[in-house]
Amino acid sequence: MSHEFQEFIVETSPHIKTKSSTRSIMWAVILALLPATIWGLYMFGLPSFYVLLCSIVSAVIFEGVMAKVMKREVRRTLRDGSALLTGLLVGMNMPPVLPLYIPVAASFFAIVVIKWTFGGLGKNWMNPALAGRAFVAFSWPGAMSVWTSPRSLARLDAISSVSPLGETKTLLVEAGPSGISSAELLHSLGNPVTPIATRVTEFFSSIGIQMSPYNVDLFIGNVSGSIGEISAMLLLLGGLYLLGRKVISWEIPIAYLATFGLLIWTFGGTRYGLPLFTGDVWFHLFSGGVMLGAWFMATDMVTSPCTRAGMLIYGMGIGLFTFAIRIYGSLPEGSSLAILLMNTTVPLIDMYVRPRRFGDRGSLGKKFIKKSTPAGGNES
Amino acid sequence: MKTFTWHKGGVHPPDKKSFSQDKPILEVPVPEQVFLTTAQHVGAYSKVIVSVGDQVQIGDKIGESAGYISASLHASVTGKVSKIDVITLPNGSRAPLVIINTDQEADQSVPKEVVPVDTLTAEEVAKKLEDRGVVGLGGATFPTHVKFSIPRNKSVEYLVINGVECEPYLTADHRVMLEHADEVVQGAILAAKAIKAEKIIIGVEVNKMNAIEHLRETIAHANAPITVMPLKVKYPQGDEKQLLKATIGREIPPAKLPLDVGAVVVNVGTVRAIYQALALNTPLIERVVTVTGEGALQPGNFLTRIGTPVAKLLEFAGGYSQNTTKFISGGPMMGNAINTLDLPITKGTSGIIALEHAQTRPFIETPCIGCGRCVRVCPMGLRPRYLAKTIVNRRYKDAKKEYIMDCKECGCCQYVCPAKLPLVHSFKVGKSLIRRGVQ
Repeated sequence: MSHEFQEFIVETSPHIKTKSSTRSIMWAVILALLPATIWGLYMFGLPSFYVLLCSIVSAVIFEGVMAKVMKREVRRTLRDGSALLTGLLVGMNMPPVLPLYIPVAASFFAIVVIKWTFGGLGKNWMNPALAGRAFVAFSWPGAMSVWTSPRSLARLDAISSVSPLGETKTLLVEAGPSGISSAELLHSLGNPVTPIATRVTEFFSSIGIQMSPYNVDLFIGNVSGSIGEISAMLLLLGGLYLLGRKVISWEIPIAYLATFGLLIWTFGGTRYGLPLFTGDVWFHLFSGGVMLGAWFMATDMVTSPCTRAGMLIYGMGIGLFTFAIRIYGSLPEGSSLAILLMNTTVPLIDMYVRPRRFGDRGSLGKKFIKKSTPAGGNES
Repeated sequence: MKTFTWHKGGVHPPDKKSFSQDKPILEVPVPEQVFLTTAQHVGAYSKVIVSVGDQVQIGDKIGESAGYISASLHASVTGKVSKIDVITLPNGSRAPLVIINTDQEADQSVPKEVVPVDTLTAEEVAKKLEDRGVVGLGGATFPTHVKFSIPRNKSVEYLVINGVECEPYLTADHRVMLEHADEVVQGAILAAKAIKAEKIIIGVEVNKMNAIEHLRETIAHANAPITVMPLKVKYPQGDEKQLLKATIGREIPPAKLPLDVGAVVVNVGTVRAIYQALALNTPLIERVVTVTGEGALQPGNFLTRIGTPVAKLLEFAGGYSQNTTKFISGGPMMGNAINTLDLPITKGTSGIIALEHAQTRPFIETPCIGCGRCVRVCPMGLRPRYLAKTIVNRRYKDAKKEYIMDCKECGCCQYVCPAKLPLVHSFKVGKSLIRRGVQ
């Protein structure tokens, strides 16, 4: 037949595809992070805005430069939004007030060293933003542990206040087991609570549920900490939004939070000289970077396993290591290092945890498959 | 109502069947010329047994089955063989083509004569199906007589009739079940008798509730031992592996056939063709084709002679919009895009889908971000993201270790891929290279 027909598109099947794209995934994550980011900016004011601005702008510039160096299309590389997201996450992981070269250095390490030395988007084997944070945390440990009180809890020592996690940890290391819970510890140190937290606590105690006002403040985000990690509530909201849009699946965050919560509940109290099963689960779930880590960092697609079983193992590993670092380690916070640690195990998990081949007479298959003759067609 | 399905992988594309699911089957007029390729089925091409200038009657055999996996070919019109040519098919293969000029004066009705079926033995049924050119009408076009030649050491417990039609857009099987349920039921009984199947199951997805109800009524009326199983809507449930898992809960081991788990799977359209071949002695010279898609001006279902050019079918079906950018022969998940409307309808053409710019807008490919969605939707338990890498890097041995030959190109992985990678294309290339023995 004739060859003059070129007016129709010819390509291989499938001819329909989902609308979900790399770009839409990145933007959905950015959107989900926005409430917590805005909360952080409001709580910490202008200095935190400069930090975020520096981390984001420098991340995008580094991405563009690297794309140029690696002879990729710059516009197309920037279009996927991944550099913007990395920059945002770097900024969210920074303390609100610090010399502005630090977020730039973190973005440099994230984009240039972690992401591009292995080939750019999709090739990095560690979460770039967390690696960037870890890099600057170990390079400038002083500047990286200066915490500002949030607007809602303005204290006299506003600039040099410590995070609740750090505070309890320091006390623990200095004074040894005291036999009281972290909330009582904070109270004895004279930490303030917001009126709203007091009211929420009173309301719940009137219906018979006891809770610490410190944990309520932690949940809402009236606490000092990194710019983007303070409001557990808004991060949870963002995480649920991603779940609802099916950008992420439940396995990693739930395995992480459940393992971590369970371990904290079981063994968390023992370090304070309390018996088993007395750990303050809510304090640990809502403080530090756990929520940000569980919903946004651990679920980073590039650096997490691709099977459901692998995701569960990976999530449980992060939970275990976060628990170990927080309770037994010398650092106050453990989620970012735990995630980085488990990042490195992902290729191993993917190598051994494979989906079951359809029709494979594995443990499950045997039950259903009728015995058939061993001879017959085999793959070439 | 209890519904059934399988659980490993699968996707839920928008089904888009509303374009044509309520349109009764219309008969397309006999075209002036029919184009009959000898590659109407999987396996060896049929051998042409007519020459240029021969007069042929409708239903005359013009191609002989040429091998164990092969099928006969019949003239779909009465007329004169005008040319024997070669055609390039949408899948890229080239095959002989018999062109018949229709005799406008002659009677062009499809031959039907009621013949007794009760005395047929299993061998006679298989022989008759081969002689009448019956092949699977679901799309794979596997010669039916081969499926019906049960080796002595095997037995058939289940005959599973495939009324799933899981491909979006297509409604041909749906209409057949609604309008020719009696023939489907009779065909199922004949088929089950021939292969000595103990039980008959018809699997239909619940987006065709009216077909399920109508089949149940027809079965009750005929007092036939057939179970209709409503299935949850999920692609690719119409694949025999997924269908058997959903209906009888058995998994076909890799590189095995349904027979290895005691089942034979036949499409509803094929069952009807079996009935017509056995009870009416009618060769397979026409089939129901869905013309649909956003670009089809009057979507519908059309009883079309095999060999009718797509252009003629589209013309009768009301044509296509000016914005049409792509035509698909078959379903959107596994069908082939066609570059010319001169191509003829074959026994495997279940639909012609016209897509407009809005549906065919190109996506921007990005690097794989390792989201793993492809792994989680693969119904065969493969790892498409790693498999594609082996093909791109030409590591064919590793591709085999990732079970590339298990891939049936259903397209679930590429459907969900956010990086818009051409996964299925690489698997097709890889499989064909490996079949040719490339290391």
